[in-house]
Amino acid sequence: MKLWLAKQRYLIDFTLASLARRKTRNLGLLAVYTVLVFMLSSVTLYTHALRQEAARVLTASPEVIVQRMVAGRHDLIPPGYIEKVGRIRGVQKIEGRLWGYYYDAVTKANYTFMVPAENAPVAGEIVVGPALERSRGLAKNNGISFRSYSGKLHSFIVADVLPQASELISADLVLMSEASFRAFFDYPVGHYTDIALSVANPQEVRNVALKLAAALPDARPILRDEVLRTYASIYDWREGIVLALLSAAILAFGILAWEKASGLSAEEKREIGILKAIGWETGDVIKMKFWEGLLISLTAFLAGFVAAYVHVFHFAAALFEPVLKGWAVLYPRFQLTPHIDGLQVATLFFFTVVPYAAAVLVPIWKAAITDPDSVMRS
Amino acid sequence: MLFQPAIIALLLASALGVLGLLASAPFALDVIRRWDIRSGSERQLQLERRTYLFSTLLTFVLALQLAAVLLFVFNAEKMSGMFVGAMCAVGTLNVNAFGFPALNAKIAVFFLAAMWLAINHIDSRARDYPLVRTKYALLLLLAPLLAASAWIELQYFLGLKADVITSCCGSLFSEGSPTLAAEASSLAPVPAMWLFYGSLGAAIAVAAWHGFGGGKSRSTAYAMAAGSALAFVATIAGILSFVSLYIYEHPHHHCPFCILKPEYGYQGYWLYVPLFVATAAGLAAGAVQPFARIDSLREIVPGFSRRLAAVAANGFALTAVVVTAMIWQSRLILLEH
Repeated sequence: MKLWLAKQRYLIDFTLASLARRKTRNLGLLAVYTVLVFMLSSVTLYTHALRQEAARVLTASPEVIVQRMVAGRHDLIPPGYIEKVGRIRGVQKIEGRLWGYYYDAVTKANYTFMVPAENAPVAGEIVVGPALERSRGLAKNNGISFRSYSGKLHSFIVADVLPQASELISADLVLMSEASFRAFFDYPVGHYTDIALSVANPQEVRNVALKLAAALPDARPILRDEVLRTYASIYDWREGIVLALLSAAILAFGILAWEKASGLSAEEKREIGILKAIGWETGDVIKMKFWEGLLISLTAFLAGFVAAYVHVFHFAAALFEPVLKGWAVLYPRFQLTPHIDGLQVATLFFFTVVPYAAAVLVPIWKAAITDPDSVMRS
Repeated sequence: MLFQPAIIALLLASALGVLGLLASAPFALDVIRRWDIRSGSERQLQLERRTYLFSTLLTFVLALQLAAVLLFVFNAEKMSGMFVGAMCAVGTLNVNAFGFPALNAKIAVFFLAAMWLAINHIDSRARDYPLVRTKYALLLLLAPLLAASAWIELQYFLGLKADVITSCCGSLFSEGSPTLAAEASSLAPVPAMWLFYGSLGAAIAVAAWHGFGGGKSRSTAYAMAAGSALAFVATIAGILSFVSLYIYEHPHHHCPFCILKPEYGYQGYWLYVPLFVATAAGLAAGAVQPFARIDSLREIVPGFSRRLAAVAANGFALTAVVVTAMIWQSRLILLEH
């Protein structure tokens, strides 16, 4: 075992020295390799962080949301509807929610108007989200008017601005009292937008949804788990698409690696010839080349991954953001929580190191079977 | 659901494996027909040179399969969040009928690949390559298996539909359902413990005996291979029957996959990695024995076999220690004293 280790150490020593002799060539390959790892790991790190963020945000949302459907479209909850839901075992709380969208012609963006269940502002006052604060230049105690859909102008005083920490969910939010909301939208009395149900036991959620569907055939229950699953699939799918597109880059890289490995310089050929003449076997040359590939791969992988980490978590993934994040006028600014996942690292390794190894296999062998006499004679 | 990064990576690994074996099949036939180590002809020289390429290629391909098993389980575990009813890898594998066959095929390929790599190793160390023909004949047998495994895997991934409600470990490993897994789960803990510690002890003892004998005895090598296979089955049965209960501290949860979850500190990897390595080493020691009497291998096989025995004995011992530590740490009282 010791002998084996010592042999590998000498091989690595020799390989490093031989790599250093051809600096420019190897640095070129290393740079391309690093960039490839950087791109791929930026994509996976970023989507994974987004997925985590979505999951984190949704943990506080109600377990079940019920919407009423009319002709397949989302409709208001009429008076008496909540009572019809009745008492379902396992449901802790049931409440009608009031919210809607408002298009602001000034910023050309949609806001979400909402009546919070607790701590609602008093009539005539609103609490706004951070993105709205930025886009309209608002501050506490400023006044702002919105023209409602009926054409009337409504003025509000900004009572507070929501904290930055909640920006991912509150960027475009405007919180107001029930009275203001109903007056602004001419919302019919006793009607609600949808119903939120809190269910304590996660295993009961599906049963509650089944009971709801039985009791109210025109209702559409939306489960939080389903929303989470949809988010996860969407981000996975986006990530997969980007990776599939980048597979062209992987292929190009494979071709480059093949070319680099097969275009042995005369000097390198002579080196291998001399090595074989002084007693190296074909297997030894392959081993040396194997170490060469491994050293380059690991260096590129580590450098690329660290660069991607910095890119995603310190520079907000500026390069891939538009594709992966989605788009909106009032897009929330948010800091992603750094997170490295074992599966992702393993997958990345499969995506980068395996194609490289496959590409250089044949050229390595071709180099290794070089006959000493033919090289030295030429 | 093919556009999942890990799925693309796994399919890539499978495709490379199948392509690699396909590419080497004509060469394998050529070797079987024309190999003659005593000849100095141009063709023989070429064949000899090509063996380097193909044995490197196959080492790469088969090593890739070993890594793919781990990635496959890891991925199944992660994807459980996407299927209704799935809480761990079992749910993901149960989404369609190809999930568990795909896993089993991968495990089978894993062990066969390990055995082939062992034979390849001793052959490349002998001066006259005595096993070249055997090796490539075995490879031709391995190729369809690998292709079948890749096909099952592809069917499984193609059939992954997020709207399927799957059943998870709670129903699959519950006592009373008519499956083999359920039979093993319902094995009473005391006999399962006897079986587990007994077979692990036997495997360690045989491996130690073989190792301290210098790896020369053929019968102990075969006994070690058989013991390793038995210990593998007994350990899986033991995990289903009692180890999982101790880890979850729950008298009815028998799942062998939930222990891989972060909630349980990834304890499962501590258990499965040594177990798989030890079993592969034990089987490999058996696989190289038939060739121990060949002249040029007389010196090589015992030493290699001895090292494999050391790996197997240590691996099984580590498995036993890890299981005992898990039981020790657990607050579940399964057996009254």
